[in-house]
Amino acid sequence: MKQFLVFVRKEFLHAFRDRKTLLIMFGLPIVQIILFGFALTNEVKNSKLVIVDPSRDEASQALTNRIRSSKYFDIYREAMSYAEMEAAFRSGKIKAAIVFPQDFNEQWKHLNNVQLQLITDGSDPNTGRTIQNYLTAIINDFRNDRVNNGNAQVLIHPNIRMLYNPSLEGTMNFVPGVMALVLLLVCTTLTAVSIVRERELGTMEILLVSPFKPVYVLLSKAVPYFILSMVNLSVILLLGTYVLNVPVKGSVSLLLLASALFILTCLSMGLLISTLAKTQQTAMIISMMGMMLPTVLLTGFMFPIENMPVPLQVISNIVPSRWYYLITKDVMLKGLGFSAIWKELLVLGGMTVFLLLFSLKKFNNRLS
Amino acid sequence: MKEKIIIAENLSKQFGHFKAVDNISFDVSKGEIFGFLGANGAGKTTAMRILCGLSYPSSGKARVAGFDVYHQQEQIKKNIGYMSQKFSLYEDLTVLENIRFFGGIYGLGKKELKNKSDELLQTLHLSGETSKLVRSLPLGWKQKLAFSVAIIHKPVIVFLDEPTGGVDPITRRQFWDMIYQASENGITVFVTTHYMDEASYCSRLSIMVDGQIRAIGSPAELMEQHHAENMDQVFFDLARTATRSAD
Repeated sequence: MKQFLVFVRKEFLHAFRDRKTLLIMFGLPIVQIILFGFALTNEVKNSKLVIVDPSRDEASQALTNRIRSSKYFDIYREAMSYAEMEAAFRSGKIKAAIVFPQDFNEQWKHLNNVQLQLITDGSDPNTGRTIQNYLTAIINDFRNDRVNNGNAQVLIHPNIRMLYNPSLEGTMNFVPGVMALVLLLVCTTLTAVSIVRERELGTMEILLVSPFKPVYVLLSKAVPYFILSMVNLSVILLLGTYVLNVPVKGSVSLLLLASALFILTCLSMGLLISTLAKTQQTAMIISMMGMMLPTVLLTGFMFPIENMPVPLQVISNIVPSRWYYLITKDVMLKGLGFSAIWKELLVLGGMTVFLLLFSLKKFNNRLS
Repeated sequence: MKEKIIIAENLSKQFGHFKAVDNISFDVSKGEIFGFLGANGAGKTTAMRILCGLSYPSSGKARVAGFDVYHQQEQIKKNIGYMSQKFSLYEDLTVLENIRFFGGIYGLGKKELKNKSDELLQTLHLSGETSKLVRSLPLGWKQKLAFSVAIIHKPVIVFLDEPTGGVDPITRRQFWDMIYQASENGITVFVTTHYMDEASYCSRLSIMVDGQIRAIGSPAELMEQHHAENMDQVFFDLARTATRSAD
């Protein structure tokens, strides 16, 4: 046990002396949180739009005012001609346009069928679709109010609301995603590289000749990175809560517990990579490339898994961060408890045990 | 008769059809400096790994420090020191941190470790450099430090795998002074080398060719047997009979 502590202290010394690694470890989450939180948000705020309104009657003005008062849209100009509108789209000055018919008020009063053209910039389909949804919602609201006030006839219209993220705030989904990504990259890479480094430098031989058991060499390497990762996690959570306003709705201790398990999964993956890679560079490339892509693509925080082709959906099941992402979303955003995530925890636990046993076996085989 | 620290009898290690170590027998007495010579690929490293408790022989018997290489690897590891041709210290740790770490994994107590490291630093004239990173030390100093660290737990025997590679002749001479010192203190030394001047510093040596020990004895005996004037001639005489190419 004393030897074990001596070893753990040495690993801490390595970690702290290696400024670059530390910078990556703690700089990465901060940069990612800021990037994903502020720059890469897919939320549509203050989108410029124009209104083409040849009728200029009471009803069209009322709708225009309603759109103006929404925080999602800025009216760039009113009363543009059709040609002007096209030019504005082309120059990228506006994201959307609403074109009223000549006799909007008349149509509204006498027919039960009002025509209204809604144009969005399709070169960025995601934003375009989001804007369309927002505008449709505003228009539906408007129609509903009018119908209720004026006529006896009540129209039923769907009430669209995004659960858990009613204002469609993109940052909410990103915090669990960033947590999964950062923990995975940092834990896996650092563990793998630190073991391969010992082998590359020849110090592993010295350790193996010592009475210190080889398994403990691996385990004691995991301890410092486990602790550093927990610190790292706290930094992400604090940033999430105070900078991005995404608080943990569920139990914090449950979240920490699940994260600890996920960190263990990542550490054992690092062990496995260390048994496969011969040089530090290889270890780095395998863990960065091999982990980064599946995590970004198959975890579900960038692209919904439900929309993927079936083979990819199947593959996504073996990506540990996918399960962790589900857990964090449930606990952080939805505020759910243990009963909602035990299955995911079980999957992660199973993966950890498997990876750990497999890499220990490979490590021992390599020795003899 | 002196106590035998290493006894090897008909020791072999086979990888598939390849006999890396082919039926070698030798012994090493307490306090001896035993040179273990051979061209690259002759099987030195494989034999040494068995003696250090890192791998099992395919057949034959061997005891190191009184312990059996099949069943008592743990005890062997506790009683040996090891220094490799590759660098054996952590370059990104300081001199003192390295001493503490290696002392620590051999189970030295706090007080013992303190005394040991003070003594060691004094002998190496490194007392002023304790908080320097090992990386910044000259190669010769690193190797002297590595040797001192390898015997910090007072092992029965220390294995040195080409310890002086790439070092200038003066430092090598100083390094050998340390080896003599250790030997006088009762530590048996088992050393591999490619430098024939170093071979003649050994009390006894063996020369391996193609996995077999072709010659064993004191340097003077070997030179006489081969009618040679120096160890270089003896070595070439034997090594050119090799049929196996270096790895």
